[in-house]
Amino acid sequence: MKELVKKLTETYGPSGFEGQVRELIAAEIKGLADEVRTDALGNLFALKKGKDSSKKALVAAHMDEIGIMVTHVDKNGFLRFTRIGGIRPLGLPGVRVVFGNGVTGGIGVEKLDDRAKVPDLDKMYIDVGALDKASSPVQVGDAGAFFQPFVAQQGRWIAKAFDDRIGCAILIETLRKLKKPQHDVYFVFTAQEEVGVRGARVAAFAVDPDFAIAIDITVAADTPECPPAAMELGKGPAIKVMDNGMVVHPGMKNWMVKTAEDAGIPYQFEVLEHGSTDAMAIQTAREGVPSGVLSVPTRYAHTGCEMLDESDVQNTVRLLVELLSRQVELA
Amino acid sequence: MSFLRELSEARGVSGHEGEVRTLIFGKIRNLVDEYRVDALGNLITLRKARVHADRPVPKKVMLAAHMDEIGLMITEVAKNGLLRFSPVGGIDPRLMLAQKVLVGDKKIPGVVGVKPIHQLKPEDMKQILRHDQLGIDIGATSESQAEGQARVGDYATFDTAYEELGEVAKGKAFDDRAGCAVLMELLKADYPFDLYAVFTVQEEVGLRGSRVAAYAVEPDCAIALEGTVCDDLPKKKDISPTTRLGAGPAITVMDHTFIAHQGMLRHIVNVAEKNGIPYQFKQPGIGGTDAGAIHTAKEGVPSVTVAVPCRYIHSPVLLLSLKDLENTVALVRETLRTLTADIIRPE
Amino acid sequence: MDCKAFLQRLSEAPGISGYEQVIREMVTEEFQKYADDIRTDKMGSVIALRRGQGPEPRRRILLAGHMDEIGMMVSKIEEGFLHIAEVGGIDARILPGLEVMVHGKKDLPGIVGTRPPHVQSPGERERVTPMDELLVDVGLSPEEVGRWVRVGDLVSFRRPFTALQGDWAAGKAFDDRVGVVVVGAALANLADSWKHSWDVYGVATCQEEVTFMGAITTAYGIRPDIGIAIDVTFGSMTESGDAETYAMGGGPGIGYGPNVHPKVYEMLVETAKALEIPYQVEALPRGSGTDAWEIQVSREGVPTGVIGVPLRYMHTPVETVCMKDIERAGRLLAGFIARLDDKTMEQLTPRLDAESGS
Repeated sequence: MKELVKKLTETYGPSGFEGQVRELIAAEIKGLADEVRTDALGNLFALKKGKDSSKKALVAAHMDEIGIMVTHVDKNGFLRFTRIGGIRPLGLPGVRVVFGNGVTGGIGVEKLDDRAKVPDLDKMYIDVGALDKASSPVQVGDAGAFFQPFVAQQGRWIAKAFDDRIGCAILIETLRKLKKPQHDVYFVFTAQEEVGVRGARVAAFAVDPDFAIAIDITVAADTPECPPAAMELGKGPAIKVMDNGMVVHPGMKNWMVKTAEDAGIPYQFEVLEHGSTDAMAIQTAREGVPSGVLSVPTRYAHTGCEMLDESDVQNTVRLLVELLSRQVELA
Repeated sequence: MSFLRELSEARGVSGHEGEVRTLIFGKIRNLVDEYRVDALGNLITLRKARVHADRPVPKKVMLAAHMDEIGLMITEVAKNGLLRFSPVGGIDPRLMLAQKVLVGDKKIPGVVGVKPIHQLKPEDMKQILRHDQLGIDIGATSESQAEGQARVGDYATFDTAYEELGEVAKGKAFDDRAGCAVLMELLKADYPFDLYAVFTVQEEVGLRGSRVAAYAVEPDCAIALEGTVCDDLPKKKDISPTTRLGAGPAITVMDHTFIAHQGMLRHIVNVAEKNGIPYQFKQPGIGGTDAGAIHTAKEGVPSVTVAVPCRYIHSPVLLLSLKDLENTVALVRETLRTLTADIIRPE
Repeated sequence: MDCKAFLQRLSEAPGISGYEQVIREMVTEEFQKYADDIRTDKMGSVIALRRGQGPEPRRRILLAGHMDEIGMMVSKIEEGFLHIAEVGGIDARILPGLEVMVHGKKDLPGIVGTRPPHVQSPGERERVTPMDELLVDVGLSPEEVGRWVRVGDLVSFRRPFTALQGDWAAGKAFDDRVGVVVVGAALANLADSWKHSWDVYGVATCQEEVTFMGAITTAYGIRPDIGIAIDVTFGSMTESGDAETYAMGGGPGIGYGPNVHPKVYEMLVETAKALEIPYQVEALPRGSGTDAWEIQVSREGVPTGVIGVPLRYMHTPVETVCMKDIERAGRLLAGFIARLDDKTMEQLTPRLDAESGS
């Protein structure tokens, strides 16, 4: 699985530009699903038929990562940019960015009038080493992503875009391990989650599932002087109770807890104050979809050095396989 | 483009678009095969396919232009006869001072007054007054006198006359009466598919009309027609002007509400270049349009936005280039005539 | 229906967004007295149906009042003290010194703790303590807390209902148990006094405070021809009447603005005048902040109305209402429903040939 995760995290794929990730995933799941298709927004659907086709599950992980888009090429070839998804200015100066055509650049920043204040994006620019506007290899509208190699050491993994390539990897592993799920399962690799859970919204309408599970990351609050939260690395998949975009259906939450306890899989509870997932859009589709979330606790989310624990990833796969092998219980 | 004047001077704040709807309908009723008004007030019209295509084409294409403009709503009639108000849609409070408005369907004239400079201290002139600190003066001296003319709930619009200054038009509400004008022109041509020309409501308060219209129409693809931000004034820094007046229709790659469908984007650019129509990319990450609501309708709709640059957007007085307007019509018409099914097929 | 008694029962019970079970049971017990059919949908809203007397297929009106309240959730346990996160919008200033109920394996009364002024520095005393620095104390040892409480448990305001002067009342969660009572009162009024040809769906929606979940999913499932949300609105606190606040005891607010269909507004006003029910025009220049926001854009769009019962001190445990306004709202809706007939939908569609369309 490590190799798979390495490939996924090192691939370029900001929101709206997920093509390369989609191709990689399509190749990885070849032969594992009964039906595969893509839709208007770029979501990738893989249906695995179950023992009992009277119910449908939707399991989602998003392919897109946060990034930047070029807004202006100045006369000297420097690139002004805007955000794609939740980019925080604090982490940007000095960061390396790569564009869809492979060109690499670094983020620079104007002189600061007040060194105590964090400069906003309008005081920054990207430098690809171009000599002037005419010879710039990058244009207005081009999208860029962070650029970092995957590292595994002592049971901890470090990479960019674990949010949510780790979710994609977990779905692929689950597809591999699951001989025949209990219900029909639509594994959906969604597009454009980071800019407003847009792919998930249309995917849920199309599938019209009886229940859904999103796999994403959550914040790990086990680092020095961080805002208080309960999630930690190494304590198992986090079963979400609430985040900024939703209160999880209690029936789904309880079913996940019961299943984890039955199967002896470690788990923790997640209450997240900032951020949400595809489940937020899925749960309000049509007449509503009871939706739960399994999250992999991750330090330094939305940076180039996201860190998670390998055992949490393995246990998330185990729990998802367990859940999809059983009858859903929503009481 | 003779109707640009009438469209600009017509009054239709979000939620109260009737006058604009009636005006538009009167002018296009003979160009459409079917029409209806939905629960929110959208005017949904259909111009059926009239030419044959030699390649597979989409069955249903939706074009959207919004009828509503930003404006004000009266929220209280004060005891001294002044009218308190709240903005409908995004209005910079700094633009309210010393403006002339028309209140209610009866078009009662009013002014948003400011304390005279003689009575202000220097630091007062640096204060931004919020809308709840301002009032509209219609000349009434008591609550009862005012209530004869204006009531809580009345809508008020900026009182700006349309004028042409050479190649440039001046007026209010070009966002999005310019888009409406483009859409009305497009209805004069023939297409190989069913064209749903939807004049939407309530875009300015959350893309509300286009959302339900797209659900009902279920188009194969869509184009939103807009008036957009144009900030090409001289700047100290070498940064984006968002769009430039006179540089042609502005195509959105990404804004706060959606990311353009790449296939349609490529097609529009090809059409522009092949036909020598000037075009520009709008600065990514600014603003939002009906495409934001349309593209996530039901199972998803490939969408783009093409817009006429407007200086001083969301202010009482806008400027646009009539050449840009013409080129927007030409670009979208040619885009539609050459649209094929493979352009919108999922990758 | 005894509005005050029903409001008291609802107000004193816990029902934070997503966890409305107790309220659901109370609503079901009360609404079924006036309904032909009652059920809870898969996301947790209660739907009561009163069939109309017109011939099938009948038009449908949906009345929605949300049964969830704002509250808090345990986000972390530290040495027996509980960190909290908000569920819905809470002004952190009201929290210090508040009595709460922690809904763990059993219900535990608790207090939102503060440090006494004696030990605070002048700087500390000048600042509002943000929620992530507040802790809930249930007075038990860390071991005992660990036995009864887990991350994710809910914490509700704990406040008994108080009857004030002149048939006013104060309590927690009047936003929007007041709306639920109005829906019940409308159904009861219809059962008592009115014939109606349309089907009436009286719905207690779930999760309005966080996602409008109930409004979205019940509107989608029911496909109403008209939808009316009943919520609370800002009761005036000063004599001069600030803009966008409404007189306590001045009657229900009838909403007007983009989130309201202008003909529905007109018909509600006509009904109020015909039945001599005092009302106020509630200017809604943008959204209404109620279930109507989502009902209006369900599927192909729904003509909506908004009724606002004036309420002081919204989103605090001392929400205050005038009972008469609740009863008036119930009667207004019943009267409105009674006038709906087979010509109504035609009247709701603007004429394109008229001079001022809408």
